Amino acid sequence: MPKIIIAQSKCKGCELCILACSKKNIRLSQKMNKKGFHYVEIIDPDNCNACGLCFQVCPEVAIEIWK
Amino acid sequence: MKKLFGKPESLTTVNHKYCPGCGHGIVHRLIAEVIDELGVREKTIGIAPVGCAVFAYDYWNFDVTEASHGRPPAVATGIKRVLPDRVVFTYQGDGDLAAIGMAETIHAANRGENITVIFINNAIYGMTTGQMAPTSLLGMKTTTTPFGREAKIAGYPIKVSELLVTLEGTTYLARGAVDSAKHVLEAKKAIKKAFEIQLSGKGYSLVEILSQCPPNWKMSVPESLEYVRKEMMTQFPLGVIKDKTGMTV
Repeated sequence: MPKIIIAQSKCKGCELCILACSKKNIRLSQKMNKKGFHYVEIIDPDNCNACGLCFQVCPEVAIEIWK
Repeated sequence: MKKLFGKPESLTTVNHKYCPGCGHGIVHRLIAEVIDELGVREKTIGIAPVGCAVFAYDYWNFDVTEASHGRPPAVATGIKRVLPDRVVFTYQGDGDLAAIGMAETIHAANRGENITVIFINNAIYGMTTGQMAPTSLLGMKTTTTPFGREAKIAGYPIKVSELLVTLEGTTYLARGAVDSAKHVLEAKKAIKKAFEIQLSGKGYSLVEILSQCPPNWKMSVPESLEYVRKEMMTQFPLGVIKDKTGMTV
């Protein structure tokens, strides 16, 4: 099972990864980070296939994927 | 477990100061990844522009210098001629490269300087909050063209890559975009090829990258991506515009 690490403090909630995710497995959190942005979170870690599309479009390089 | 995707070594851990959804951060990462893959981090010198990317020296983990507005090609010429073994690239926006720096750009290209230019085209002045740039599309609403850009008053958008095609000195000209993962990967290939051309001493290479600017276009991020795909890509078609090398990547 892949492990996705999203740096919540870096995320600006631009939603590019949400649009890129082929499994629609990313959503905006209800919580905010210190900058005042709603950061993104993975809905179901088991549903992720570690394709890296979210990483490719993330301007903040806030996503790290391990497998 | 193996790390499949993550921050390249050539990027620092500093948080970007770009707006949410901006394409600059993606291009910074692509350049950093290419430099890591080519193994030239210790001999790379980047030249940051004036514009949104003015703090680029904070984000890259290699030597970066700053140039006056529009002058990175001139600074790059100097560095490359004094230190020919270094990998020298400039990172410029459309206000920097296509407006105030047009003379430097054209003459550096015409001399066939062995440098790489990464040109971010977002069709607007981002840092100064959205004035018309030379690359703004016809009908585009900016703070200086509130009713849309009119050709009669403000002329037509400049296609920089097409403009440089006729110059003998240019070796490689390509245009990419960062609106989707597919285009991001294609843009990375173009950037890598541009650096490889410089490493093999073949001359001037320029990669233009269409980037979204949601806050200054007054759009949401999904709308800005649609704008890049529907409007910008019609005006600025993607692909390799000139390739004198015959190399394939």
